[in-house]
Amino acid sequence: MFEKLDQIFVTTLHWLVGFLPAALQPVVSTLICIAFVMSVFPGVFAITTVLERKILGRIQNRYGPNRVGIPFTKIRLCGFGQFIPDGIKSLTKEDIVPRAADKVVHFLAPVVMLIPVLLSYAVLPFGKNMTITDYDAGLLFFFAVGGAVEVSVFMAGWSSRNKYSLLGAMRAIAQMVSYEIPLILSAVTVVMVVGSLNLSEIVKHQNNYTFGIAHWHLFTPWGLVGFILFFIASLAESNRTPFDLPEAESEIIAGYFTEYSGFKFALFFLGEYLGMFAIIGLGITLFLGGWTSPVSFLTWIPSYIWFLSKLMAIVFVFIWIRGTLPRLRMDQLMNFAWKFMLPLALINILVAGIWHYMAADWQRWLVCSLIIFGAYAILGRGLMQNQNFGKRIYRYAE
Amino acid sequence: MLGEQIIKGMAVTAKNFFGSYVSKDRLTTVQYPEEHLAQKENTRQFPFLVYDGEDWEKGLRCVACQICEKECPPKCIYIVKSKDKKPDYKGQPQIYPLTFDIDISVCMSCQICVEVCPFESIKMDTKFELSTDDRFGGLLLTKDKLAKPNSYYQQMHPHDAADSDAVIAAEKAKAEAKAKAAAEAKIKADAEAKAKAAAAAATAPIAAPTPTTPPPPPK
Amino acid sequence: MSPFFIITAVVTLLGAAFAMSLRNLVHCALAMAVAFSGIAALYLQLDAQFVGFAEILVYVGAIAILIVFAILLTRSGEAPEKSVLTSGWMAGIAVSAMVFTMLGWAVLNSSAIPKGTPPAPVATVKNVGDALMTKFVLPLEIIGLVLTAAMIGAVIIALKEEKK
Repeated sequence: MFEKLDQIFVTTLHWLVGFLPAALQPVVSTLICIAFVMSVFPGVFAITTVLERKILGRIQNRYGPNRVGIPFTKIRLCGFGQFIPDGIKSLTKEDIVPRAADKVVHFLAPVVMLIPVLLSYAVLPFGKNMTITDYDAGLLFFFAVGGAVEVSVFMAGWSSRNKYSLLGAMRAIAQMVSYEIPLILSAVTVVMVVGSLNLSEIVKHQNNYTFGIAHWHLFTPWGLVGFILFFIASLAESNRTPFDLPEAESEIIAGYFTEYSGFKFALFFLGEYLGMFAIIGLGITLFLGGWTSPVSFLTWIPSYIWFLSKLMAIVFVFIWIRGTLPRLRMDQLMNFAWKFMLPLALINILVAGIWHYMAADWQRWLVCSLIIFGAYAILGRGLMQNQNFGKRIYRYAE
Repeated sequence: MLGEQIIKGMAVTAKNFFGSYVSKDRLTTVQYPEEHLAQKENTRQFPFLVYDGEDWEKGLRCVACQICEKECPPKCIYIVKSKDKKPDYKGQPQIYPLTFDIDISVCMSCQICVEVCPFESIKMDTKFELSTDDRFGGLLLTKDKLAKPNSYYQQMHPHDAADSDAVIAAEKAKAEAKAKAAAEAKIKADAEAKAKAAAAAATAPIAAPTPTTPPPPPK
Repeated sequence: MSPFFIITAVVTLLGAAFAMSLRNLVHCALAMAVAFSGIAALYLQLDAQFVGFAEILVYVGAIAILIVFAILLTRSGEAPEKSVLTSGWMAGIAVSAMVFTMLGWAVLNSSAIPKGTPPAPVATVKNVGDALMTKFVLPLEIIGLVLTAAMIGAVIIALKEEKK
């Protein structure tokens, strides 16, 4: 029975498409998958905005929004209907374009942000046999479209003809490009051990159980460090605290989307959060076993429920970190990426290679753990030593 | 180690988050329209008139001396005196205000009217949820809206009410003592007058037969 | 000549044409990014998945950004007043069309191109990886060395101010 529940979306899709002639079937199947993604993930986005405000509120000893339930009724729903008025507000606000702005580029920037982000959902395995397009080079596709987001950030910042926007855009691009390298390098370790770039293949590789615990990559030394690196890099890619200097609300107003109002701002907001979900989804696929369950006696729970729960758990950790940490300054951010995360990612690749070639018993655990945690301790010490709190030396361009 | 302080910080935040569901001091918000914070005793908002007893017209302490009207800095009090008199708490007939209006859109809650009132009749109220959508008359409080019983005053400001009651009681006692003394003095004066009158009556006939002297001899 | 190929080719050519002829330099850079994506789509249609995605990752994600940064840092983003096309552009197009036709005829009829279309090689990522590690390992290592030297040079140039 649980198998049927697990595959219910796949069987429904095949049944619906079976009514049509064979020539139309791929097109309609694709359209139905697109409709599925476009309805589920913006729904998760809406819930996440309310959840973020409530969780941040509780962390700060206050209630979050707890009044708006279903509009026009008295049902309170603990405030989870807040996204409806927020959405209506963003849609009905006046769309102001600055007079000196470059109209075409200003208009296209939110579009160019949203399209690659939505494209990247095409390769994520949401459940068993539930990948929309199962490319052989799926992981590479994901990173390729992730790289296209930077163009849109630049377009947004430059077309507003606003010094703050341009500054925010430059910082955002520098941050995104710097943190893409540890992101990709930590994903490379997974590819090395699994031997394929296909995301469904990577999840299937984690679907074995020893003593009841799954073979998630998180439970290996290189996987743990890889996941931590991936997690930090994905915080930076989605411009979340502590890496949210590009959109720091108290510093440069809103950075590269200062001049956007109304629906375009809503599109940027949506694109940012959808990008966050996509990259968390990739992290779950690579390190946390995708749609598999962690213990073997819980495999009866449908696979898409596992994926969604893991997604919401990591989103909760993102929000928790946002409530805890202050913002990193630009030079601290760059130092962290280039002097700590990149060497650690490279050493992680070395350790993953050693893991792959040693025989599968306790020695490889010992050797790999020693190397990787030793490297972490040494690099961490090196990073913490550079804190010279003396008189500040200013370096000006010549 | 590099991430140690971050983990400690996250532990503090987690304690806040989970603690806010179980303990009240990790969630100190008072949800305003449904719950109110208790106000302090010396809160002051806008004035009100105190009356003693049950009937607000008969027991109103204000005697329309117009001192508060003259002392009010933004001149928000408007008083019209009455033509007839009624007895106050000391028993003396006093005039009373026919009209006593305070415009609380002008009042600045400076409490000067309270400080200068010699009759302990105008005091500060604590209500602040007075918004109304009637722009012109809604914020003009007339005598009937301003009059509140002494029990209300004792509830709102216990210490001040005790002091005020003590002053009134002292005045009343002094007035009673004076009245008693006056009454006693009057009785004594009456008795003295009566005694004097009696004495005068007694001494007058004794003085009357004195002129019976013998006639002088013929020459 | 499937319709997808025609659409992709038109988009690429238009992107390249706009990259040459637009007034605003940043618009030209963005049009070039469009041309790069068109080329990536063409690679994908030829089933060369690795090259297609690597093209987007490298060209659109990094090189277009690099060009844009270079434009902004050298402050030539202001729009020029006059058109960038000179007055004799018709003659230029005629001459270049003639040269293109001649070169194309020469290349297509030369003996270096084998007749007929050979079977397309299988270009999965695994094959590309195998080839890079066995047959082309020396060029790979040399490219790595060159890139490392470039990065070290960039860091040294940027660090120059500290030694006073």
